[in-house]
Amino acid sequence: MSLAFSVGESAQIRADFPILARTVRDEKPLVYLDSGATSQKPRVVLDAEREFYTQHNAAVHRGAHQLAEEATEAFEDARATIAAFLGGNSDEIVFTKNGTEAINLIAYAVSNAAFPGAVDGADLAAAARLSVGPGDEIVVTEMEHHANLVPWQELARRTGATLKWIAIDEEGRLGAPESAISDRTKILAITHVSNVVGTRNDLAPYVAAAKANNAIVVVDACQSVPHLDVTDLTVADSGIDFVIFTGHKVLGPSGIGVLWGRTELLAAMPPFLTGGSMIEVVKMEGSTYAPPPQRFEAGVPVAAQAVGLAAAVRYLQGWGMDRVHAHDEALTAYALEQMATRPWLKVLGPRDAAERVGSVAFVVEGVHPHDVGQILDDDGIAVRTGHHCAWPLHRALGVPSSTRASFGIYTTTDEIDAMMASLDRVVEIFGVNS
Amino acid sequence: MDMYGELILEHSKRPVASGLRDGHAGEAYHVNTTCGDEVTVRVHLSQTAGADSVLAPGDVTLTDLSYDATGCSISMAATSMLAQEAIGESVADSLDVYRGVQAMLTSRGQDAGDVEEIGDAVALAGVSKYPARVKCALLGWSAYLDALARAGVDISSVKSSIKTP
Ligand SMILES: Cc1ncc(COP(=O)(O)O)c(C=O)c1O
Repeated sequence: MSLAFSVGESAQIRADFPILARTVRDEKPLVYLDSGATSQKPRVVLDAEREFYTQHNAAVHRGAHQLAEEATEAFEDARATIAAFLGGNSDEIVFTKNGTEAINLIAYAVSNAAFPGAVDGADLAAAARLSVGPGDEIVVTEMEHHANLVPWQELARRTGATLKWIAIDEEGRLGAPESAISDRTKILAITHVSNVVGTRNDLAPYVAAAKANNAIVVVDACQSVPHLDVTDLTVADSGIDFVIFTGHKVLGPSGIGVLWGRTELLAAMPPFLTGGSMIEVVKMEGSTYAPPPQRFEAGVPVAAQAVGLAAAVRYLQGWGMDRVHAHDEALTAYALEQMATRPWLKVLGPRDAAERVGSVAFVVEGVHPHDVGQILDDDGIAVRTGHHCAWPLHRALGVPSSTRASFGIYTTTDEIDAMMASLDRVVEIFGVNS
Repeated sequence: MDMYGELILEHSKRPVASGLRDGHAGEAYHVNTTCGDEVTVRVHLSQTAGADSVLAPGDVTLTDLSYDATGCSISMAATSMLAQEAIGESVADSLDVYRGVQAMLTSRGQDAGDVEEIGDAVALAGVSKYPARVKCALLGWSAYLDALARAGVDISSVKSSIKTP
C-alpha cells in the first residue's frame, strides 16, 4: 500500500512531535490513536507559543506601548493565517475558547437577536434570518457530537422553536434532506465529518434544501479541518453561513476555537459574551458594540493560543493539505482492510475509505469497549472508548458504546498493526474467538 | 494484563442473581456518563420503613438484590460480586463490604483488599491502578446505596463517600 508520505518524511514528521518519543505503561512505545479527541502538537507550535510569551506578551488591543503593538500584530497575523486557511477574510474570523463555544456563540446570538435593540442599524434581511421563535424549526442530525446538539436543544427551549433531526442508517449515513428540512426550517446545524463513524457528509443537498428556505447553515468542521482542505465551505456560493472548528484537534493548542461567518450575518448579530474589548462607546445608560470580529471577542483574547494555532496551520500547509488528506485516506483504507480480516470485529460506519475521514470506530463482539481499551492501553496503545460525546448516534446504531482509533499526520501503518495485534490479544483474553 | 483475573471474567460472563425481580423496597438507575453503561438495582428487604422513620442498617436483612446491567466486565463483575456478598446478609454488613471495596479501589494500588471482608471483590484490586476505571467498579455499588436510601434505609454512615448522579 502507498501512503502519501515517504518513510523518510514520516520519520521526519514524527520527530517534529516530541511526545511521540515517550513511552507509557512500563516502557512501551506510545501508539497514539486518539487524535480525534485531541491531536499532539509539533515543536513549531510549542515554540510559537513560547516565543509569544518570551518576546511579545502584552494584552492584545489594549495599550499603545511597543509590546502591546507586537502582541496585537501577532494576534491579527494569526487571524489572517486562519482566514486564508479557511478561504475567508480576517474580519470573518472570530476566536473563541473552543469549538463548543463557537457553536454556543451562534446559538446565543440568535436568541439574543430576538430582544429589541439588539444591533442598531442591522441589515433587516440578515436580522430576519436570525429571528427564531415558536413555529420555527432547528434541524440537526443524529450523528452530531453533543457540542452541535445540546446548544440547539437549548436554543429551541429558549425560543419555543422545535428541534428536528435527520436520522442515520445502520451504516452511519444521513437520511434524505426532506426527512427533516422543510419550509419551517430556520437553522440547519450539521457536521462535515462524524467524530465516530467517520462519515464525510456530502453537504450539498442538505445545504440546498436549507437554502431553499433561506435558513442559516452552520457546519461543524471540527473533524474535517485536521484532514481536509475545507475552503469549498466558505466560497461565496457555498450556501454555508458559519463554519466552526476547534484548535486542539488541528495540532494547535487547547483553549482556542474558530468561528467563520458571513460578513452580513456577523454584522447583524448581537454579542454572546459582553464586557471589555468588544465595545464601541460605553456610557452608564448603555453601550454600543464594536463591529465583528471584535464584537464577539469579549475580554483579553486568546492571543498565545491564536499564534500557536497559526503555527499549526502553517505546519499542515507546509506538507500540503492534499497530502495530509491522502495520508488519512490511506491509513483509513489500511485499517479497514485489516479489520475486515477479523470476523469478530464490527466496523461502524461506511466500509469505503473514500467516504470517511479521520477515524474508525468499531465493536469487538462480546467485549465491552472499556475492556478493549484497557488491554490496548496495557500495550501502550491509546484509543478512545465510550460514546465519544455522540450518545444518540450510538443509540441509533444499536450499540451502547464503541472503541475508536483516530489518526493524525504522524500516524503510521505500523501503529495500526500494533493495534490489530493488541486486538487479537483482547480476543484471546476474553475468549470470544469465532 | 493481570487486571482480568479468572474471577472477574467468570462473574462478568455469569453474573450472580442477575435480572430484575418484583417485590422490591427500593430501586435506583445509575449511568456512567463517560461510556453510557447502565445499571438498575432493586433492593428487597426483610422489613419496610414507615412513612417518616428510617431503617437502621443493622435491623434489616437484604433478602434479595436484583439488577439489570449493561457494562464492561469490570462493572458487571463488581455488581455480581456485590450481589454475592450482600444477599441474605444484614444491610449493615454490606455497608462494611462497601467501605472495604471503596478503600481498596481508591488506594491507587496500595490496598490489596481483605478477602475475609470483601470476598471475591479482592479480584478487583488491580482496578485501583486505573483511576478511569474505578467508576466502573463502583457503578453497581452506587446504585445499590441509592436504592437502599430510597427504600428508607439510613445509609448516612457511608454517605460522604458516594455521589448520586
Ligand atoms: C465533531 C465535533 N464537534 C465538536 C467538538 C467540540 O470540540 P471542543 O470540545 O474542543 O469544543 C468535537 C470534539 O470534541 C467534535 O469531534
